[in-house]
Amino acid sequence: MKFQQAKWDEALLFERSRAGAIGYSFPAVSKAVQQALPKPTSTLPKDLRRSTPPSLPELSEPEVMQHFVRLSQMNYCVDLGLYPLGSCTMKFNPPMNEEVIKNPQFSLLHPHQDCSTLQGILQIFYELQQWLSEITGMDDFSLQPAAGAQGELAGVLIIRAYHADHGNLESRREIIIPDSAHGTNPASAAMAGFDVVVVPSNEQGQVDLKALESAVSEKTAGLMLTNPNTLGLFEQKIEKIAEIVHKAGGLLYYDGANLNANLGRVRPGDMGFDIIHTNLHKTFATPHGGGGPGAGPVGVKASLAPYLPIPVIVFDGENYSLDIERPKSIGRTHGFLGNAAVLLKAYAYIMRMGWQGLHAVSDHAVLNANYIMKKIQGFKGFSVPYASGVWRKHEVVFSAKQLEQDTGVNARDVAKALLDRGLHAPTFYFPSIVEEALMIEPTETFGKAELDRFIDAFREIAEQAYTNVDIVCKTPQNTAIDRLDEVKAAHPRTMALTWRMFQQSQK
Amino acid sequence: MTDFRHSFLPTVGEQETEILAALGIKSIDELFSDIPSKFQLKTRLKIPDSLSEIEVTRKIAEQLAQNWKSPKGEGFLGGGVWHHVIPETVKAIVNRTEFLTAYTPYQSEISQGMLQALFEYQSLIAELVELPVVNASMYDWASALGEAALMASRVTKRQKFLVPNLIAPNRRGVLNTYTNPAGMNIDSIGYDPVSGQLDLEQLKTLVDKDTAGVYFENPAYLGYLQSEVDAMAEITHDAGALLVVGIDPISLGIIRAPGNYGADIVIGEGQPLGSPINLGGPLLGIFASRDERKLIRQLPGRIIGLTTAQSSGQRGFVMTIQAREQHIRREKATSNICSNQALSAVTAAIYLALLGPSGLVQIGETILQLRHYAERQLNALEGVKAPLFEAPHFKEFVYQIKNTKHSSSAGLPIRTVLKSVQERGILAGIPLDQSFPDFGQSALVCVTEVHTQAAIDSLSKTLQQTMEGRQ
Repeated sequence: MKFQQAKWDEALLFERSRAGAIGYSFPAVSKAVQQALPKPTSTLPKDLRRSTPPSLPELSEPEVMQHFVRLSQMNYCVDLGLYPLGSCTMKFNPPMNEEVIKNPQFSLLHPHQDCSTLQGILQIFYELQQWLSEITGMDDFSLQPAAGAQGELAGVLIIRAYHADHGNLESRREIIIPDSAHGTNPASAAMAGFDVVVVPSNEQGQVDLKALESAVSEKTAGLMLTNPNTLGLFEQKIEKIAEIVHKAGGLLYYDGANLNANLGRVRPGDMGFDIIHTNLHKTFATPHGGGGPGAGPVGVKASLAPYLPIPVIVFDGENYSLDIERPKSIGRTHGFLGNAAVLLKAYAYIMRMGWQGLHAVSDHAVLNANYIMKKIQGFKGFSVPYASGVWRKHEVVFSAKQLEQDTGVNARDVAKALLDRGLHAPTFYFPSIVEEALMIEPTETFGKAELDRFIDAFREIAEQAYTNVDIVCKTPQNTAIDRLDEVKAAHPRTMALTWRMFQQSQK
Repeated sequence: MTDFRHSFLPTVGEQETEILAALGIKSIDELFSDIPSKFQLKTRLKIPDSLSEIEVTRKIAEQLAQNWKSPKGEGFLGGGVWHHVIPETVKAIVNRTEFLTAYTPYQSEISQGMLQALFEYQSLIAELVELPVVNASMYDWASALGEAALMASRVTKRQKFLVPNLIAPNRRGVLNTYTNPAGMNIDSIGYDPVSGQLDLEQLKTLVDKDTAGVYFENPAYLGYLQSEVDAMAEITHDAGALLVVGIDPISLGIIRAPGNYGADIVIGEGQPLGSPINLGGPLLGIFASRDERKLIRQLPGRIIGLTTAQSSGQRGFVMTIQAREQHIRREKATSNICSNQALSAVTAAIYLALLGPSGLVQIGETILQLRHYAERQLNALEGVKAPLFEAPHFKEFVYQIKNTKHSSSAGLPIRTVLKSVQERGILAGIPLDQSFPDFGQSALVCVTEVHTQAAIDSLSKTLQQTMEGRQ
């Protein structure tokens, strides 16, 4: 069957607006309430009264429904099929979790309630802190951070607090980051007030120990690392890396983006990492929602527990409570208890998987990535740079450099051609140490049939590139729209970030 | 392990054997053989055994039943996250798997649905706040405040940021977390103890050549409205600083838009627009700014833009001005934010599309009337002053417990009162005795369209009985 995404010519809500239509109504207030204040806005000071209602569109309820359902049909999702974005871990999001959070005994809970009224959910979150500690080999967790990047920020702020506490913050100014790291790593380090020192990868795609040794000094605050790294390779010299950083007086930070490779097999805490953040929306199956919300709990070894963001959930043998009395804490990163609903979903997922299930998750995620590597590496035009013959973990990075040189078809073209076959594209042009990179993480969610569909699509695209370049370069045709003009979108003269801005530019 | 099967895992039996054969290995263990053996986990994780779906849902329902059940509906707690009515159509749309289980729309051609929905979110918020630039969301109001302070500092190359003394303690905490590493100074603006209004004379002396931004909230954390907004804007702009205003979007059907009185950046909490309380998360950080190059270049977060397709010329949407962002600019990015609150933003878009201008006016007026009624009922009680601040309010207000002639309850601490009311099934406010001791035995209470007259009457009656020491 040929893939064809819905192509609705769906106008904006503003363009569909018809004066007088209503999409919702609220009950009238009772007589007594009405009589107490007949003209409500008269109580507002003149300089705060809105003279005309906001220019929102006016639509009936079925029109709103129709509009968004049409939009939804123009959106790929992991429930449709493989979504192999590298380091994004697009796995099955159990519908069970969505039901769990609808329970009014959760959804109506207010964070300002007294802890005595929240014992059930606090117990759940306390257990989640413990489970994450066990899975990662850490001693304590805080569930505050609202996303992976905020978890990273919290982690680097812990490094900062640790050195400040030891009187070394003035001198320890540098965070070391490998050149293959996720972009959030250097951005988080900079937000925490550190300078970033980049260390290159060696020919095996691993941290270059000599470069690391010369990078560390009395200025080193810490190292941020993922393991396996973004090439999907396990950093085999991790013990030595930890030794070099610790000897220099720095701390070791683990970016949990790639944790899906490690469950039940190896734990960051055992490898010498002092701090970790986890992405519950990756490893622990909470949905990405088109970009969020996620959750990025941050974990530490016992000696760093005083610095964890508050509140941390604690148990005194009888009651669960929020510990906010941590004078050395980096403080809060979220207004309340973090993305609580996401935390509850992750808890349900871990319970559903159990220790056996988590172990099997990593086994199958790694099995699938290597199957894809094995199959595609033989295709003309594609290569697997770095560490040939070494098994990958959860993801594999191909280079389309040869293809680009031979045919002019680049990684972007390959990605777009995949879309035309009803598959999501891999992450492209990352990591930057690979030219024409295509970074693929299949996850454990997909069986051999779906992997073979992807592999066949890849083969077909590779063949087409050598026989009919035009076809590949004109993709995608079967999606809701063809390739978009990104330069126009970002150009000051044509930029339109809202309907309001667009209309102003038309005047 | 080999006989373990799980409904989430398709690769079993023959399929697994075929893949292993294709790889030329006998067992999955071989794929992990490059991990140094000292780090290979020899024992199983100390996590309970795998459970079936029905066991998990039952178990969690039992655990959640340990929470206190409010037998009388929603409580009267606000303080940054509030009970509001959620239209069923919002829930029906936002739970569609096409939105729920999608990633960030990196591949725009196959993700137009999410991109257009987010563009519409940005556009709807732009109309509410009357500023033309809106990003695709921050985590929550608190982190939006932190990012706004950092942005103001980058734009002005100044280090001082002024905030009201009476700001939510948690929000202030997050602001500190975000701004401390950048070496910013956060100073407080005093207030008039009677009206809660910011002290403009003091503000004039505080604002100087090192001031990056002035921040205030409308409504303020303690529920009252801040007037003299034009004067605030003038004082701020005269010093070359940016005006940052925090808002509750659900108030903007009836309350003047900050873009209309000179706000350079508007932030706020979008949870009222269709998201449940959920113990305070996920929330939705609103972030908007004026349309000016030097501001746009310093914006944090994802932004969706309108454009056209290269060959068909058809209108479409993409993530844009990404050169600000971490995946391109790395340590020079305007923020580290990557995942945001996209689905909460779509939720808000659906909510605003349903309400439209008349719905937003209606909900604003309804809230004003119900809050006013509650205020009056509470103030009529002996020993209660409501509202504490002599100023117009929106949906929250502070009431204070004073000594009464009933000897049994003279000078009752607010926490004792609240606890006692809670035992009768009502959550009657957030105690302020610890966070704002200046206001004595007082509480912040929230009234919205979810509360009926009967619920408010029950609140005041129960409070009265408690104050009088009756059971």
